[in-house]
Amino acid sequence: MTVAPKREAYDVVVIGAGPAGLAAAATAAEAGLSTLLLDENVGPGGQVFRAISSTPVTERNQLGADYWVGADLVQALHASGAEIIHRATVWSLDRNLEIAVSIGGASAFVKAKRVILATGALERPFPIPGWTLPGVMTAGAAQTMLKSSALVPDGRTVIAGQGPLLWLLAAQILRLGGRIDRILDTTKRGNYFAALPHAFAFLTSPYFAKGLSMMREVKAKVQVVSGVTELAASGDGQLASVSYVAGGKRETIPADLLLLHQGVVPNVNLAMAAGIEHRWDDLQLCWSPVLDASGNSSVAGIAIAGDGAGIGGANAAVVRGRIAARAAVEALAPAAAAKLPAMATLRSDLARAERGRVFLDTLFRPARQFRIPSGDTIVCRCEEVTAKDVLDSVAIGATGPNQLKSYRRTGMGPCQGRLCGLTVTELMAQARGKSPQEIGYYRLRAPVKPITLAELAAVPKSEADIKAVVRG
Amino acid sequence: MTKNVDAIVVGGGIHGCSTALHLCLAGLKPVLIEKDYAGRHASGVNAGGVRQLARHVPEIPLSIRSMGIWEKISGLLDDDCSFESHGQVLVAEDEEELAICRARVAELNALGFTHEELIDATELRRLVPAVAETCPGGVVSRRDGAANPAQATTAFRRKAEQLGATVREGVAAGNIRYNDGLWHVDVGTDTYAAPVLVNAAGAWAGRIAAALGEPVPVETVAPMLMITSRVPHFIDPVVILRGRKLSFKQFKNGTVLIGGGHLATPDQDRNETVLDWKSLATSAQTVFELFPVMRSATIVRAWAGIEAKMKDDLPVFGPSSRHKGLYHQFGFSLHGFQLGPGAGAVMAELIVNGGSQTRVSDLGIDRFHPSTL
Repeated sequence: MTVAPKREAYDVVVIGAGPAGLAAAATAAEAGLSTLLLDENVGPGGQVFRAISSTPVTERNQLGADYWVGADLVQALHASGAEIIHRATVWSLDRNLEIAVSIGGASAFVKAKRVILATGALERPFPIPGWTLPGVMTAGAAQTMLKSSALVPDGRTVIAGQGPLLWLLAAQILRLGGRIDRILDTTKRGNYFAALPHAFAFLTSPYFAKGLSMMREVKAKVQVVSGVTELAASGDGQLASVSYVAGGKRETIPADLLLLHQGVVPNVNLAMAAGIEHRWDDLQLCWSPVLDASGNSSVAGIAIAGDGAGIGGANAAVVRGRIAARAAVEALAPAAAAKLPAMATLRSDLARAERGRVFLDTLFRPARQFRIPSGDTIVCRCEEVTAKDVLDSVAIGATGPNQLKSYRRTGMGPCQGRLCGLTVTELMAQARGKSPQEIGYYRLRAPVKPITLAELAAVPKSEADIKAVVRG
Repeated sequence: MTKNVDAIVVGGGIHGCSTALHLCLAGLKPVLIEKDYAGRHASGVNAGGVRQLARHVPEIPLSIRSMGIWEKISGLLDDDCSFESHGQVLVAEDEEELAICRARVAELNALGFTHEELIDATELRRLVPAVAETCPGGVVSRRDGAANPAQATTAFRRKAEQLGATVREGVAAGNIRYNDGLWHVDVGTDTYAAPVLVNAAGAWAGRIAAALGEPVPVETVAPMLMITSRVPHFIDPVVILRGRKLSFKQFKNGTVLIGGGHLATPDQDRNETVLDWKSLATSAQTVFELFPVMRSATIVRAWAGIEAKMKDDLPVFGPSSRHKGLYHQFGFSLHGFQLGPGAGAVMAELIVNGGSQTRVSDLGIDRFHPSTL
């Protein structure tokens, strides 16, 4: 069933129904603001609480207690009176707070007094030789199938990479009876020392005990190879084997499925297309929006909450959603703000939720060789551009990602740089001896997600445009 | 520190880069100053049309001169700029429009121009098989085509630098002044001095002209473009409509560029534009009606470049009417890309020889001078 937005204008439009968006929309609507929540998925939850209202997995411990927290957020949202539209793809947002959204093949435009972007995170590209072969997929994609359809791998499966999500996925696959032949841990050995000064905060954070028990659970059942320094997938039109180097020793193992993951990064596409200023984050190795303490961006009226504001995890996302919504309430209906938890309380909640984050970021900072490929390794999947192609373009004058577009069309395919952007920035920075901040990122453009010509053609026109214009 | 050069060119669009290159070819050592990077604005992000078709008569000589350079662009730049020549076709959607086309071609022929050719429905269908059956004919300019604008602008910049031009990108030209017989321009902590200053600053050129006492009726505009996903090859020439704002071009890789001059809202000082999706929807609807093959294509990106548009839609081109050594090259009003190569060549002739065989006298800034109004 297709449901268009009920109004043309709202006090608050929240984009994305993950933890931050659910919390933000509920907070704004509870305070009496007209609130619209637009979300691309079929139900609420985002990635972390994907299919929270519909998952066929009923044994609660298989997905873990943290997953089911999402159900409470959804309940609060439904009680709040916010208008919620799923399968709604926002494809344009501009600095006038004009939003274009595609719902069931038809586009509508809504205007907001405040926009809260809660578009979450994307998996960081993992450009190793052979990463584009069928049979190689991201851990996130595997987790999507697991949560929404209870599908787990049954062929020869290798998981490679690092980060909390990798261990969580491995544990979830095993609990659901799936098969994992080997885990190749790419965490850089030096990172353990670098992370040490931040260990105290981590040890006293909720992540510690949970993370440790999950790793123990997985290690009891699967061979884990740590200190992997090289990784490649190969096969003739289909993944056949994975080869790696650990401790100076090379090994090749047969595989039907390789799941790659080396952390998540903010999903910046809609925010950047709206003109929001971003800066390179040297610790998380990604672009993060420039925000004030309430999540307000450089574009008046647009706030960002959740992992899109910088990776902080689900607990921090919920609090950031509440903070951004509270700030919107303070601006639009100051009297109603008194009913909400005080900003100071929310900020201390956030500090608690973010505890241990620096440790995780430092420990799981991906190694250079897994971020910056060389030679024939594909960088841009849409246009099949290799690392060597990028370097050749730099040699004849391409100075940054936007110039590279005209040489190689990188970032101009349907993915709009989601799969190559960070790699291109870092590769060009390395080649030119500059910082990623100096090199910059693709200028991103609407539609942030493709729409059909027919759908755009059906958008209501203004009177002046309908009249034929005679060429001068 | 003051550095003496032969000429200062302000603006790294295709015009500034082409002028810098042609000055080098004439033996001069210019400096090119670009506040962002070469091709950042309209020159790098326009539709890439290389079009003599449907031009205003006063700029046709410059356009023809430019066409000759485009056809030998590889020899000039060691870069083909992805230039291809499959013609450009102006489509008349009804008999009334075709009559206007007929009169136009007759007018050009009377002036001695033969590049535009009237075509009937049969020839139109042969050139553009996908066009709607109801269109009775149009005009073709067979040598026209298209190029990759960012690639072309960058190639001009690169060749100019190879031939001895100094290229300064990322810092705006500041404090432009004339003293002791030389133009002085600050770039960061450096100052350049030269007897010649070329104002090719695009959307920013009007401010420079006004600051030097030559205000002109110019506005900043941002024509929108959008590009589709790949569709099977179905069209070779660039197509423009007589009566509606639409231009249409399919690239070798199958993607289709849709333009035509609907405007975004420019924010010049932020280097930004805010797109007007309701106008883009009008373009989409026109394509939907005329090219059924396009109906299931997806729009993957839309954008707009910032440029200068004159009140009379003609560029400001030639020497200043007030200052010695100052030359203007701006205000190309949504159709400057094709003119870039020729305009650079003619500008170099005006600077070095004091005149050109190519007629540009109708384009001078003096047409706005109170005494000529």
